[in-house]
Parts: sequence; C-alpha cells; structure tokens
Amino acid sequence: MIYAPVIVALLATLALGLARAFLGPTLFDRALAVNAIGTVAMLLLAVLEFLTGRPEYTDLALVYGLLNIVGTIAVLKFFRVGDLGKEGTLEEGDTR
Amino acid sequence: MIETGAIAALLAMMAAVAVAVVRQRNLFAVVVLTTAYSFLMATALAALDAADVAMTEAAVGAGISTVLLLGALHLVGSLEMKPSAGSAVPLAIVVVTGLLVAYGTYGLPAFSDPDAPMHRHVAPRYLQEGPKETGVPNVVTAVLASYRGFDTLGETTVVFTAGIGVIALLRRRRPGEQEDKP
Repeated sequence: MIYAPVIVALLATLALGLARAFLGPTLFDRALAVNAIGTVAMLLLAVLEFLTGRPEYTDLALVYGLLNIVGTIAVLKFFRVGDLGKEGTLEEGDTR
Repeated sequence: MIETGAIAALLAMMAAVAVAVVRQRNLFAVVVLTTAYSFLMATALAALDAADVAMTEAAVGAGISTVLLLGALHLVGSLEMKPSAGSAVPLAIVVVTGLLVAYGTYGLPAFSDPDAPMHRHVAPRYLQEGPKETGVPNVVTAVLASYRGFDTLGETTVVFTAGIGVIALLRRRRPGEQEDKP
C-alpha cells in the first residue's frame, strides 16, 4: 500500500511547516509556512480521499488551493499597504 | 487504521497551534496561525467524512476569517497588551470545562454506530420520504432548506446581521483620515 508512507511523509512535512510558523521569526516566515501548510493539507486530503476510495471529494482539495491563494495575498497586501480596501501605491524602482 | 492515526496526528498539531496562538503576543502572527489551524481542522473534518462541514471550515476559517481579522488588526494595532490580571482563574475554568466536555463524550454512542438514536429517530423518514415530500434530490439540502427551513432562516439572519456589524465597524474613519472619493 503506497498511501501509508505518503501520509506519514505528508504529516512530517506538516509538522515541519508548523514548527516554522511557531518559531518565526519574521512575519514572512510565518506567511510562507502557512502557505506551505495549506498546500500540504490539500495533498493530505487528496491522498486520504483516495485511501478511503472516494476520489470525488478531491473537489474539496481544489477549494483549499483557491482559499490558500486568497489568504496569502490578503496577508501580504495587508503587510504592504496596511489596509485591504486601499489601492497599493507604486514605489520608486518598483517594476510591476 | 492509517486514517485514525492521521486524524490523531492532525488533532495533536491543532492542539499545538492553539497553545502557540495563546502564547503569541504579535496579533499578526496569531492571525496567520489561526489560518493554519483552520486548514488542519478542515482536513480532519474531511477525513471524518464531513465534507460539507470541511468545505465551510475551509471557506470561513481560512478564507473570510483571515481577511476580516486583518481588517480588525488595521483598527486595533498588531501588538497585544499584557493581561492585567493573572491567568490562574481562567485556566482553571477552561480545564474544568474541558474535563466536563470530555466526560460528556462517554455518554455518546460510538462513532458511526448505525443503532445510535440519531439514525433511528427521523433520519429514515428523511431518507425515504425526503425526495417525495420536498422535491429536492440531495437529502442534506432537503433537511436544511425544507425540514429545518425556519432554523436555517434564523441562522442566515444572524450571519447577515453579523456581516452588517463588521462592515459598519470597518468603514469607520479615524480622525484626520481623508474620506475616499469615488
């Protein structure tokens, strides 16, 4: 059974991501760690669904993926602009 | 077996995140950690076969709550004050309540027990008569929207009111801040 070692590996990755989210030290470490946790949670969910024979639940994993992006962008925009409703301003030397 | 172990590991990680959230003084980090908590919770719920609850937890906990909490942080600043009173009494209350809840689980029927009262009372009728009585093919939707229609209406009212309250709070301007012109 291939699923058991995969699940163990994913849980270990999850624990490492959590350790980074706890330790920090900067906000970017935590934001990246939570982004990685979201991705690993998505993979873990997909593997669990295949393990229990319900691959149609993989839709849930897709929702996770979309929400993960929204959450990370919200955190980073807040950090840069300080307000979610405001438009960001271009800074000197900014190439966007 | 593997599934049970994975759920146990997820719950243990959630407990660790909860402790970190309590101990962390930087509220920005707390918001980020609660997002991680929601992802773990949603995965555990999906592993427990509660797909709709998992979907809600992921959308509300990891999506909207993060955005709303960040909006709140904009108003209150991101450093938490040291508590003025000691934490012995709140800790004691939490421990006693937790033990009571854990004790209460011993009175529950076993997980996915087909003879549990929940499955013998109205569930057979919902399953057999639901499509005929309501015309809704999905049983969960039939129960939520038809059999418990008033309950759902009340829930929607509460959520709507809470949303209006949050919007009213977030639209507040600080003194001296320019009003945005559309």
